[in-house]
Amino acid sequence: MKRFKKAHTFFLACIVGVLLVLGGCSSSSSDSEVSGDGNKVVKFMHIWPPGSSKTQNQIVESVVKKYEDDNPDVKIQVEYLENEQYKDKIKVLSSSNELPDVGVTWAAGYLKPFVEGGLMADLSDVLAKDNLKDQFVGGTTEAYAFDDKTYGLPIELNIAPVYYNKEIFKKNGLEVPTTYAEFVNVVKTLKSSGVTPIALGNKEGWTGSLWYMYLADRIGGSTLISEAIAQEVSFENADLEQAAADFKELAELGAFSKGTNGLSNDEAKIEFLNETAAMYLMGSWELPNFTTSDETTQEFKDKIGYFNFPNYESGAGAADSWIGGPGVGLFVSEKSKVKDESKEFIRYFIEEWGKQSFTKAGVIPATKVDTSSLDLPQMNIDVLNDLNKAKSITLFADVQMPASAADTHYNLLQSLVSGDITPADFTKQTEQSLKSAK
Amino acid sequence: MNRLKASKLDLLIYVGPALLLLLGIVYIPIVQTGYFGLMEWNGIGEKTFVGLENYLALLKDSKFWGSAYHSLILAVASIISLIFYLTISFVLASRIKGANLLRKIYLIPMLLASVAIAQLWMKIYNPSNGMLNIFLMKLGIENPPAWLGDANLALYAIIVPTIWQYAGFYILIYYAALKNVPESLVEAARIDGASPFHIALKIKLPLIMNVVKVTIVLAAVGSLKYFDLIYIMTGGGPSGSSEVMASYMYNTAFNKFDFGYGSAIGFFLLVICLVATFIIQRLSIADKDLY
Repeated sequence: MKRFKKAHTFFLACIVGVLLVLGGCSSSSSDSEVSGDGNKVVKFMHIWPPGSSKTQNQIVESVVKKYEDDNPDVKIQVEYLENEQYKDKIKVLSSSNELPDVGVTWAAGYLKPFVEGGLMADLSDVLAKDNLKDQFVGGTTEAYAFDDKTYGLPIELNIAPVYYNKEIFKKNGLEVPTTYAEFVNVVKTLKSSGVTPIALGNKEGWTGSLWYMYLADRIGGSTLISEAIAQEVSFENADLEQAAADFKELAELGAFSKGTNGLSNDEAKIEFLNETAAMYLMGSWELPNFTTSDETTQEFKDKIGYFNFPNYESGAGAADSWIGGPGVGLFVSEKSKVKDESKEFIRYFIEEWGKQSFTKAGVIPATKVDTSSLDLPQMNIDVLNDLNKAKSITLFADVQMPASAADTHYNLLQSLVSGDITPADFTKQTEQSLKSAK
Repeated sequence: MNRLKASKLDLLIYVGPALLLLLGIVYIPIVQTGYFGLMEWNGIGEKTFVGLENYLALLKDSKFWGSAYHSLILAVASIISLIFYLTISFVLASRIKGANLLRKIYLIPMLLASVAIAQLWMKIYNPSNGMLNIFLMKLGIENPPAWLGDANLALYAIIVPTIWQYAGFYILIYYAALKNVPESLVEAARIDGASPFHIALKIKLPLIMNVVKVTIVLAAVGSLKYFDLIYIMTGGGPSGSSEVMASYMYNTAFNKFDFGYGSAIGFFLLVICLVATFIIQRLSIADKDLY
């Protein structure tokens, strides 16, 4: 009996031992930077799953393949996640110091804590080499720079136009508004004829922020809001309060989708795509849906036009200034063991992406595009020309603000829509959150 | 006892792996969370020790207490809904036709992923083309509410799918308990002329009281840490009107980049759950003869 027990114990111990050894093996092999055949491995994480961003995903695949063909000693290991999940995962990975070698990042306020934590590699040398900097549209790389060092290279550049449904406008005898007073009239006419004037999903907050940004930009001029966010002037400012008042007035007029505070951006977008809403303010990343994508019909595409947010007769803003800015960019991890290869890869990626993203996906790259030789839908070219002519592009508020202030900003915008706070409360509480975030 | 001593190594080997796992993924993280709560930390850079500052700030944070109040509403609602589940189980267990099929139907929501349930109910609640509002408009109500978009209604609009979601789970538990009630007792009562209602209330209910108590604890603690439907359906909005403790913790740590404070909330949440469990058990153990 006793012998049996011993054998039994021994057997169990063996199992545990084997399990431990196996566990150790699997984790150590996935950590190695060199694959079995001696190639170097660069881990690359991005935000374009084949399901929701098909064209972008295909471009990434083709660039990666081309790079591997040109550099047989480097393997690119690609992983993708949907936007919000990506953000969560990056935060978890960075707190355990396991960032991928190359990854996607957002500019300014989002990037700041990573840079301060010393997780991002300085990419100034990549920019300086062969004058890569000259290929970027002016002002785009600066959004990724801290203390004269650049920590991310932008691959997207966006402006946010107001898309509108020409047919609904025509049915109601409406013209594209050129002043804010006309715009309010358009909203009132549409509302009285039973059409939702503006598709807006304010659940996520940044969507409502686009409208607020334009109002602030047109009333106070294109630098005021940025200065207020940077705390160079107080956010408790008559012009910014007026913008909040006008945003509230639009909500009271019933300009936005019913129950806008509970709708996600995607749900609101469906109203616009189903032609039950007449206008939709969104970044130029939505362009493919109205031009090249095969998810919408040609008949629908023909009905869609766009205009820039109208100016106030008395305001300080200019009609050729836009809200927008660089979208996502690429970073290289400071802790990466294959830093040189990673830097080489993003340089390659940016050049290839610049060539392909606009023609294939309709996404405007942050590098300069030569439109003369391209066969593209007219709307894409118009937006690109407007972008190149833009007098100023004010960065999205949520990109400029520190994360905690942006969160408060969204909540306050929801409260404005539901009428729980006054415009004065809005500026006061925004100022407080900006102060405490410093 | 001697036998036990002889096989200490055996014991260790059997218990060891589970103990290690439990330590690694439950107990150590709990201690760690409490420790992170003492830090000012954005989750990425350097941690600065700030002592009990986060916990003290938490006690004065009106937003946290607001979310705690919402969690309490959720807990009360789910405890009340137990009565509803219990009633259904009584009907199911009383040998009605098709009880088996019905039981399976009630179980379906439990088999769905929370994300799918949330998406489904978001479609139902859609203010302009959702099933609910179209139905209300057909009834002649001109301006039906915006449900998830209305700060006064959002939380209650979420409570309905949570009750629906867990129906199958509790009905299954009650049903199993009721099937264990000895048929002879019920038979005896029936011969004595007790009505079905009396049998349910005076005989069956006392006999399954232990199970009921367990489900009360489960429902209360489950709703105190409830997160998934709320996160997907409203994200805690509009303007924080459906924020519960767990979603407030998530928003603080992940959206506001304040891991220190987020950890403090998480640790506090754990303490609240433990206290709630203790209180409920104390209250229900009052009649000792059941134990």
